[in-house]
Amino acid sequence: MYGAVSKSYKTFNVFNILFLTLLGLMMFLPFLNVIAQSFSSSSAITAGKVTFWPVDFTLINYEYVFSDASIWRAFGVSVFVTIAGTMINLIATATLAYPVSRPEYVGRRIIVLLVLVTMIFSAPLIPNFLLIKNLHMMNTPWALIIPGAVSAFNFFVMHSFFKQLPPEIIDSARIDGCGELGIMVKMVAPLSKPVMASLGIFYAVGHWNAYMSALYYIDQPKWWPLQVKLKRMFETDDISIDPGASQFSDLAHTSPEGIKMATIIIATLPIIMIYPFLQRHFVKGLTLGAVKS
Amino acid sequence: MKRKTNKDNGIWRLIWKYKALYLISIPSILYFLIFKYIPLGGSIIAFQDYNIFKGFSGSDWVGFAHFAEMFKHYDFLRILNNTVLIGLYDLIFSFPAPIILAILLNELRLVMFKRVIQTVVYMPHFLSWVVIAGMSVAILSPTTGVLNQLLVLFGIDPLYFLGDNSYIRGVLVGSGIWRDTGYGTILYLAALAGINPELYEAAQIDGANRWKQTLRITLPALLPTIMILFLLHIGKFLDFGFERVWVFLNALNTENGEILDTYIYRAGLLSQQYGYTTAVGLFKSVVGLVLVMMGNLFSRKTTGESLY
Repeated sequence: MYGAVSKSYKTFNVFNILFLTLLGLMMFLPFLNVIAQSFSSSSAITAGKVTFWPVDFTLINYEYVFSDASIWRAFGVSVFVTIAGTMINLIATATLAYPVSRPEYVGRRIIVLLVLVTMIFSAPLIPNFLLIKNLHMMNTPWALIIPGAVSAFNFFVMHSFFKQLPPEIIDSARIDGCGELGIMVKMVAPLSKPVMASLGIFYAVGHWNAYMSALYYIDQPKWWPLQVKLKRMFETDDISIDPGASQFSDLAHTSPEGIKMATIIIATLPIIMIYPFLQRHFVKGLTLGAVKS
Repeated sequence: MKRKTNKDNGIWRLIWKYKALYLISIPSILYFLIFKYIPLGGSIIAFQDYNIFKGFSGSDWVGFAHFAEMFKHYDFLRILNNTVLIGLYDLIFSFPAPIILAILLNELRLVMFKRVIQTVVYMPHFLSWVVIAGMSVAILSPTTGVLNQLLVLFGIDPLYFLGDNSYIRGVLVGSGIWRDTGYGTILYLAALAGINPELYEAAQIDGANRWKQTLRITLPALLPTIMILFLLHIGKFLDFGFERVWVFLNALNTENGEILDTYIYRAGLLSQQYGYTTAVGLFKSVVGLVLVMMGNLFSRKTTGESLY
């Protein structure tokens, strides 16, 4: 690409390819190990025989996970929080970022400052906790959604996106007889699909993976999202056994490792499945955030 | 736009004309006031002997007693030490990793290979910390873990990575590197893509080899990005993150692994020492703010780059 290549550069290239291949394997093999364990029998796992391929192939771990109502429930909570939360995130972020991006909005500097301060300086845990408690949001899924309705960083990304929309678009819509709401719905909303998709991905992954807010604000198993359920399974080794499901009792008492790995797979599957779509958007979203100033 | 005469009238007319804009922005403004600024105000309980039944107004004032108590507390000093050390390791090892990886990726001429590697290295970023901790338990287990099986293969005794105070900091920083290095390259790769190729051609004509080109062209071109990300990193110095530590902690590694955030949760929410832990949290926020401001000033003086 840059003309003649020296011998030392060729050597470097070979080592670079080798190094990056090794690095790629280091990133990838842990996944393979978890998949292999999830399909292996407990005896094979305890004996330390499972590396990157299932030993004594079995589906019993998945059968257990699928028969556990509490895992299903947690899955449902996570799905709800992710879908409702992301929608609220996008609407709340856009309805602030768009007006503030318009030069007609008196006081936009104050609003930007209001958001900026929260990014640099945030309140400690306890005052936040007391607020949620006083609002009676404890042990409701809203405690997982509302306190994070707008991310300051994403607000700035969206704000800079709206700011660089040509004002002529808005003017032309006005000439066509659009009111302010019409401009938003008919002109701005369709144009902002790319930024909505990128930020939607960030918000959605955040909700799906959220653990901390649930730990703080939810102590009833009824509203545990998947991550909390998963963590509980890891820390207690307590895999509740349905008395009726005798085929699992032996499994759970000896080694629940396979079950944990199967749950990890289930908890990660939605992200893996949308990953190709995800990759296209997060690169865009991240570099979009970088050009703001 | 605004006429000097009748200015107030003009503003109100402007607001009325664009009332739709103001109306839709109200809910989110309220959100920031309620969920960000009220807790900020609530931080005054750091100076109170807060009683949950008496509330903010009824609780007794204790001044800086909680802060004084903090610096006398053995637990606090140990945990502050952990936090600073882990933050320092993270700065030394995690921060440069994406820069190096981005430069190496940028040297690749095989487009397909580059794409595959990128896809693979971005991936771990999308796993939750709970999942990563679960995977780590499986992989690092002294009896069944793949890593220890590998060590045994090389004649090394299995190490109990998660059950030993001497390894926990390494595990915390290492798992972060595993998760975020690839993802961190995105911004650097974008900056690299923006370098004018003519610069390299000119350097080549002047007889600079590839290494010299990296030193003289690539690194200086990356410097603004590096500086901004460094400032952001510095601001989070005491803020390693609650989740990524909490998921790895157990009775055997808490001594060296516990950081301020997990301490605040344990002492604050679980033991309900509200005033004291708010003081700890406030201390953390203020140190973070001071670090950002110092870093910003330093950066503006030396490179002209700054966050604000």
